[in-house]
Amino acid sequence: MPRLSGAQIIISQLERQGIRLITGIPGGANLPIYDALARSTTIRHILTRHEQGAGFIAQGMARSTGQPAVCFATSGPGATNILTALADAYLDSIPLVCITGQVPRTLLGTDAFQEVDTYGMSMSITKHNYLVRSAADLLTILPKAFRLAGSGRPGPVLIDVPKDVQTEMVEFVAWPEPFLAADHLPSDLKSVGQAAAMINEAARPILYLGGGVIHAGAAAEARQLAEQSAIPTVMTLMGLGILPTDHPLSLGMLGMHACRATNLAMEECDLLIAAGVRFDDRATGRISAFCPNAKVIHVDIDASEIGKLRPADAGITSDARHAFAGLLPLVQPRQRRRWNDRIQRLQKDFPRFPPQSFAPGKPFQLIRRLAELAGPKALISTDVGKHQMWVAQSYPFTTPRQLLTSGGLGAMGFGLPAAIGASLAFPGRPVVCFSGDGSLQMNIQELATAVEQRTSVKTVVFNNQSLGLVRQQQRLFYERHYFASSYSISVDFTAIARGFGMRAFDLNGAADPDHLLRQAMVEPGPCLINVPIDIEEDVTPMVPPGAANTTMIGDDHASN
Amino acid sequence: MPATDADLTAATLASPTTILRLTVNNHPGVMLQICGLFARRAFNLEGILCTAIGQGDASRIWLTIDAADKLDQIVKQLAKLEDVLAIEERPDAREQVGDMAAMMARIG
Ligand SMILES: Cc1ncc(C[n+]2csc(CCOP(=O)(O)OP(=O)(O)O)c2C)c(N)n1
Repeated sequence: MPRLSGAQIIISQLERQGIRLITGIPGGANLPIYDALARSTTIRHILTRHEQGAGFIAQGMARSTGQPAVCFATSGPGATNILTALADAYLDSIPLVCITGQVPRTLLGTDAFQEVDTYGMSMSITKHNYLVRSAADLLTILPKAFRLAGSGRPGPVLIDVPKDVQTEMVEFVAWPEPFLAADHLPSDLKSVGQAAAMINEAARPILYLGGGVIHAGAAAEARQLAEQSAIPTVMTLMGLGILPTDHPLSLGMLGMHACRATNLAMEECDLLIAAGVRFDDRATGRISAFCPNAKVIHVDIDASEIGKLRPADAGITSDARHAFAGLLPLVQPRQRRRWNDRIQRLQKDFPRFPPQSFAPGKPFQLIRRLAELAGPKALISTDVGKHQMWVAQSYPFTTPRQLLTSGGLGAMGFGLPAAIGASLAFPGRPVVCFSGDGSLQMNIQELATAVEQRTSVKTVVFNNQSLGLVRQQQRLFYERHYFASSYSISVDFTAIARGFGMRAFDLNGAADPDHLLRQAMVEPGPCLINVPIDIEEDVTPMVPPGAANTTMIGDDHASN
Repeated sequence: MPATDADLTAATLASPTTILRLTVNNHPGVMLQICGLFARRAFNLEGILCTAIGQGDASRIWLTIDAADKLDQIVKQLAKLEDVLAIEERPDAREQVGDMAAMMARIG
């Protein structure tokens, strides 16, 4: 009969669960767990410089692999620091198991040193959370936490473990079974039949695909459905990569920063086939004006998403893979000449990439060039801001899970640690983080982790010496009343990177910028590339917050 | 301020309510989960009664909710909570729940 401490039970179960990497930072309240981890021969610990970095690195692993990843933090400030990463995982449905230390049970509720109510604070930003009250409970809680994080609609689970629970000894008969990947319930046949009939009858359908399709591993089925019935397809920010960017049926991203032709096509559709999406306001614009003439089929594994914001004419509570598998045999092969001609007409009238955006030094030119140099196997992360939207608009994505970006929370500081996580999960693959000078400064300390862990992360800083997207909104919606949106000092990011022991390249004033880019991308190991960007360079077109998606401003065609 | 019987009758009449009966895991965080869900999703919670049942592993919670709220969303969001074991809509219990509320008002 094994007799182990709570901390040993935690580490052994993580090993049995197949966890090989854990990110985190130790402190007084989680030292017993770290002491047990030190003895593990199979788990490698990634010591980060900030707990938010630990949370986002774990997310980078989870987002790139689809498997639950694990991060640790101590009580009090360790726990509060990691909360942003939990909220981010919650809004993007990313499987994460976060284990925090807590003050001993005897001190709970006494405002003890480094005591905060981690359980209460994390409740609304986790799929589920636990405050562990006895070491024996860990035997059931850990497998359950992995099951919850990884199945159904994935999400973060937090386990808060008082220090004396970590040291409490328990004797038990046998280890519980670890959680292995859950298969999801097949969808309800009646609504699948109804949905197929709606697709067959529709004249102008559009597929609207999001992160749920990627979580379900359903990109191939989605593509088959699109091709079989010649259905033009839009993707949310979280769905980019489901169809390759250059696929003839791909209309790219919809919503606030979509191409004009995409939002206009949606206005004309008569059937919206929504899968793994939640009708987020950044995607739909003013919801009452979204696809106003369309019937709606909504596929989601989370029943509460169906009808939450837009009533569905056919709702299918199912993971996208099972739903598509059910639909495919019932959906008639079609060409949909007229509808696809109409869309091509729109794309001719409103080209996606005006030629001037490919002038040297312009964001689209740089992104396309970096994509060429990185190759099709590259994993891409972004931070939050204009640079994020430029990447979403122009990067030639080819596969799901290729783009890691903070969609729901829009958390600046996500990009670098997420890229580190992706690089740790896929050591052989190139990883590029597109960041802004504002965002990078939110987790810049993780440059040290990128070097220390011998990652291959290339951090590209689109440096406009400003909080660009905020400044753009002030220009468009606050009469150019620029306030608190630019920096009055210029930061030498290459010197900072070098201070962390990282190679760095500066395109500012470079005689041959392309040569420098090639050199930076070809050398193995991490590096930072500073890329000057004109402060006035904006993301266009843009749907003003709260407006209908057909109200697009800022580009050459804007008249409304 | 203690409510009077009159306040209570007025409140009950003013807004039509729906009654939900939940069975939940009994632990110290569960009330926070239910109330937190109503608060952050901007659903109106008019009343809540809670007692332990069985061996004390589970609790029974009676919720009085504003019928104008989206009942379907409330039920689906409650069902996602890991600690909620069962949800039933119980319009038939309106009178008894009303009696309990009236009794609480009398205690003052
Ligand atoms: C943590 C956090 N704080 C504030 C914001 C609001 N915000 C959105 S974009 C942005 C500016 C981002 O600047 P930068 O990273 O330099 O990117 P740019 O827009 O200039 O490309 C800000 C402040 C945010 N998204 N996240």
